[in-house]
This record gives sequence, structure tokens and C-alpha cells, in this order.
Amino acid sequence: MERIPILKMGDCLLVTIQVDMHDRLAMTLQDDLTTRVVETRARGVLIDISALDIVDSFIGRMLGYIAAMARVLDAKTVLVGMQPSVAITLVELGLELPGVNTALNVERGMELIKSAIADGSKPSRNGSGKRRA
Amino acid sequence: MTVLRDEVVPIQSSEDIVMVRQKVREWAIQSGFSLVDQTKIVTAASELARNALQYGKGGEARLEALNDGARRGLRLTFEDRGPGIPDMQLALRDGYSTGGGLGLGLSGAKRLSNEFALESEPGRGTRVMIARWK
Repeated sequence: MERIPILKMGDCLLVTIQVDMHDRLAMTLQDDLTTRVVETRARGVLIDISALDIVDSFIGRMLGYIAAMARVLDAKTVLVGMQPSVAITLVELGLELPGVNTALNVERGMELIKSAIADGSKPSRNGSGKRRA
Repeated sequence: MTVLRDEVVPIQSSEDIVMVRQKVREWAIQSGFSLVDQTKIVTAASELARNALQYGKGGEARLEALNDGARRGLRLTFEDRGPGIPDMQLALRDGYSTGGGLGLGLSGAKRLSNEFALESEPGRGTRVMIARWK
């Protein structure tokens, strides 16, 4: 079966989407990533969409679900490399990707995840190691 | 206005949605659309093709390359013989969905197009036409 590869880099999982995904492939990625977060105890998930030339509402919803699932498993998701034409179209479509962190490129995305992990490991008064909103 | 050429693409599976996207991209490039305009019409086509598959149980997309003398454009018509849309006002509202989606398909495709027409008859099917000019 066709699958999108998921690479492990230290504490993080890196996914580079390089094909025009059909809907079933997007669903498979969602399941695979969630499983891998648990298996590898990853603290961050970096999704590189620089090769995607559209993001429609289905892919957008899938990205939002991945971020939400990773969050309840204590991992931070960062979406990187969105093309400007995709960003313009997404906003006009009405898709704002709530709850999904974004960064311009892989390097900045990695920094974002590292700082989130560093923040999360500091001791705090409520004992959870996490800031309360 | 003249139709320079047309083609019908069937929509029966999620792979066909990818095929519609690729064809529309190809045609938009040939019509001289900018990258942003290509992206808008391909995204709108993806939404409407998925609607035809998900709600209409499959259908077809007709692509037409247009020329009205001064400018070139693309017209896309999505047709299915599904249950139809009982309340079109409601179906066009952002966030309204009967299929568990985000409810952005129809309203989003409308925003991404220069022209939009929706026809539906309960029990007979739905036809959505969009056009975008260069």
C-alpha cells in the first residue's frame, strides 16, 4: 500500500509530503503519524508541505486532526514550507488552521519545537510542566 | 464567447479527485493563469469534485477553455445524480455541513471563483458551475 514516509530525527518526527495526496492516503498518514508518535515517544512533529501546490479543506482538516492528536499525546506539531499561493488560497477558502503552528521553513520549525520542549520540561507550580492558558 | 475546447472527467473515486486537480492545473497553465489564480481554481475544483463524490455518489466534471475576445478563462461544471440539496441557502453558508466536513466546500469554491452558479433538484442531482477569468 502507498504510504508517506515518516522519519525520526532525535525527539522529532519529520514528514515531507511530496505527492498530490488522494483522500485515503491523507487518512493513512494521520493514522501512521499518531501511531509513530506513541512508538517513538516523539515530542515534536514537523510536516513539510513545501512540495504541496494546493491545500483544500480535506487536507486542512487532516492537518488540524494530526496537530490535535499529537497535542493530546504531548507532542507539538509544526507545519512548515507553505507556498505563498497556497497561503493566499487557504485564507480565501476560509480555512484558518486553528491550533496548527506554522513556520516558514524546516529550520525555524525545528527551533519552535525545541523551545516548546525546553519550556515544557521546566518545573512549574502546577506540576504538569505545562503553562496554563 | 467561444469554447476553445472541452473535456469530461469522471469522478468515481478519491483518485479521480486527484485527476481533476491535475487536469484543471494543466488547463489553467495553458490559459495563461498566474500561479495564484491556478491555485485558486484547482482548490475550488478539488472541493467541488469531492462534493460530487461524497454527496452525489459520483458524477463528472466538465472542463471548458473559454475566450470572450478580450480575455481567456476556464469554466468547470460538476454534475452528479445524487439526492440534491434541499436548502441551497443553508448549503452555501460557511461551516454548514451534512457530511462531517468543515462546511467550506461550496462557500469556499464560490469565493475562489469569478462566477458561480448552483442548481439542484431534490432527488435528481446537483450541478455547480464555476468560472475564473485571467
